[in-house]
Amino acid sequence: MAYGLGLLNGLRITATRVFKTYVGDFKHLGRRYNDKLFMERQSVKGSGIFTVQYPEEKLPVPENFRFVPFLVYEPALDADGKPIIDPKTGKEAVGKQRCTACGICSKVCPPQCIWIVRATTPEGKPKPQPADFYIDIDVCMNCGYCAEFCPFDSIKMDHDYELANYERHVSHIYDINALSKPTAYHAKVHPTDWAREEAERKAKEAKKK
Amino acid sequence: MSVIVPTASPETKINLNDPQVVAEQIKMAQPDAVESVSAQGIVVKNDKLLDVARYLHDLLAFDYLNNVTSVDWQDRFEVVYNLTCLARGGAPLTLKVNAARENPTVPSLVPVYRGADFQEREVYDLMGIRFAGHPNLRRILLWDGFAGHPLRKDYREPYYEEEKKPFGSRWDQGHHVIAEDRNPWHDNVQYPANFDAIAYKPPRDQIQAISIEEATAARIHTDKIVLNFGPQHPSTHGVLRLRVTLEGEIVRGVEPILGYLHRNHDKIGERNTYLGNVPYTDRLDYFTAMANNLAYVLTVEKLMGVKPPERAEYIRVIMAELTRWQNHASALGFIYNDLGAFYTPLIYALEERELILDLFEATAGSRMMCNYMRFGGVARDVTDDFIEKCKYLVNERLPRRTDELEAYMVKNELFTARAKNIGILPRDKAINFSTAGPVLRASGVKYDVRRAEPYSIYDRFDFEIPTGTVGDLYDRFVVRVAEMRQSLKILKQALEQIPSGDTMTGKKNYQIRVPKGEIYGRGENPKGELGFYIVSDGTPNPYRYNVRAPSFINLTALNDMCVGYKIADMIVILGSIDIVMGEVDR
Repeated sequence: MAYGLGLLNGLRITATRVFKTYVGDFKHLGRRYNDKLFMERQSVKGSGIFTVQYPEEKLPVPENFRFVPFLVYEPALDADGKPIIDPKTGKEAVGKQRCTACGICSKVCPPQCIWIVRATTPEGKPKPQPADFYIDIDVCMNCGYCAEFCPFDSIKMDHDYELANYERHVSHIYDINALSKPTAYHAKVHPTDWAREEAERKAKEAKKK
Repeated sequence: MSVIVPTASPETKINLNDPQVVAEQIKMAQPDAVESVSAQGIVVKNDKLLDVARYLHDLLAFDYLNNVTSVDWQDRFEVVYNLTCLARGGAPLTLKVNAARENPTVPSLVPVYRGADFQEREVYDLMGIRFAGHPNLRRILLWDGFAGHPLRKDYREPYYEEEKKPFGSRWDQGHHVIAEDRNPWHDNVQYPANFDAIAYKPPRDQIQAISIEEATAARIHTDKIVLNFGPQHPSTHGVLRLRVTLEGEIVRGVEPILGYLHRNHDKIGERNTYLGNVPYTDRLDYFTAMANNLAYVLTVEKLMGVKPPERAEYIRVIMAELTRWQNHASALGFIYNDLGAFYTPLIYALEERELILDLFEATAGSRMMCNYMRFGGVARDVTDDFIEKCKYLVNERLPRRTDELEAYMVKNELFTARAKNIGILPRDKAINFSTAGPVLRASGVKYDVRRAEPYSIYDRFDFEIPTGTVGDLYDRFVVRVAEMRQSLKILKQALEQIPSGDTMTGKKNYQIRVPKGEIYGRGENPKGELGFYIVSDGTPNPYRYNVRAPSFINLTALNDMCVGYKIADMIVILGSIDIVMGEVDR
């Protein structure tokens, strides 16, 4: 090959790449920033401009994505079977925590960021309920072991990754109120897992009967 | 210091992969050198170690020192060496030597294996074992004013809570406490006795420096200067400091100064449970989390005697090879970045890397900190969507990109003019310095752990080991491109053959039972041979957990690769080793 052809070929490739970034602009004149085209560009078959204009644009996270954990609770239901909304917080009122304070998550946690206080009965006997539950989210390494090994499906990994704050000593120590999220939220972010868990639960109940 | 080449041919009739046979051979040459022999290795007398190592190296052709590590047995110290003959392959030979508890000293192996240089310094730094005859025995990962040797069993770190995880304070009555509140910062630094931190000057800062008065008085006309390159420099690939001695623009010596990202991975690993170490291995070489997981999990599985189901094996190989492709693609981009082609080739390489990371995220849950492998399987099954996307990538997009990348990177005349005959590492030195991975293969050594000691299911796939000829920068570049092609070849076969079925042997368990024993396990990472030396005492936490970090050991050869070239070349040579500070400093 003649000397210099490799260099010219390289320049051809970069020029093609530059040109390709504008193809989308011309093809979808003025409509480039819509969700459908955005996902098309980001898919395995996408081409052209690849950057994401965060925070204006955000990539949707897959269902298995894991960030700091949350606790799942069953909401309190009214007479019609609808969840009661707590007027103070605007969230669904807590009916029952799924967590039984068995401590498996805190034992399996590699950086030891889960702290659990088990509730006691007035007589001083341990009760299968958390009195308090802390997660130090700065220590949490998002490994997902707690959710993986929880036998009661009560701790799950969240999808919310924008948790920056100005200090870490108060707002980054999540207590049981900050961690608790209703079953409806779990069903929303993990639809496949939710369907599987519900099917398993129903099968178990049917077996009991 | 020159390098000794073994005189013996590696082909012998006797099976030198068996420690018993090797011990017999040693006994013939050195009658009173061997203390005991077992399947765990050969224990050699302390004062005879250098003779035995010379004999093994020169006459039995054990030319490659894989790993040097040490174990604190409370009553004594033990230094463990793993040796291989690259031509023969197979499992490494374990050589052990005992040292007394008080003032432990072991002869240094640097005269025979120069790859022992940094590794012995690390053992000295973290375990406090002195190596007699080492040319430069100083701390390497910690700073000179550090009190104590943290890997000793009696050492306690500043935020010490308990010997082993899980900590008792977490459950039942787990009222949250911030570690810093329990142990305020001013109590956090310990100095050795009679140490004045303010007046302290590290000894190395005085070498080679010559004051102006001295130079004028002696009428010395010198251009030799010492340049501190990094730790905050975009071309050092992280917080690496290089003390470069320069004569004009020519490099006369390079000394990597490490430890800015040191967190003592080994000690954390000993406090952790076996399972708890898997996410920590992600953070070693954060470009290749999947491959790190694989090497660690394979090591512990060997000890446990568990075998994952077929489907899990295939998923593991697919993940590891995707990791290799994306690591090499971005490494090549970074080399171009170091050459001055500012970010364009790197961004091109990152595009496909993003797509591969998307696949990891959808399966494992995280893009880089995958934490995907478990003992006896993988965390969760891959979906059909994953296989479909992966097939498209492997059959269409990645080969196209590899070709394109070769067209604009390797065939570029500006690049070849710049990269050929730069940073030459001859074959003998590459072996003697214990370099691994593409650096070793570029020097013409056909050695790949996937072939030499096949792990997982790599023996089923048809692939080649690309090698270079000269061992220069260009070869290291081309070998990586060729390895990307071989990875795609393996991926194609794996995706065709992947069976359906379970992805986990037995039930998922968080309390792992690992029988007593010790093992050195390894895997061929994109950066080189990643090894784990694990000693189990039957408890849920490893007694000793050591990582053989390929980037760290490859840095040993940096000085010899750079001397004589221009400083601008040094940056590219460093880039061509492809280091990640998370793994170098651990």
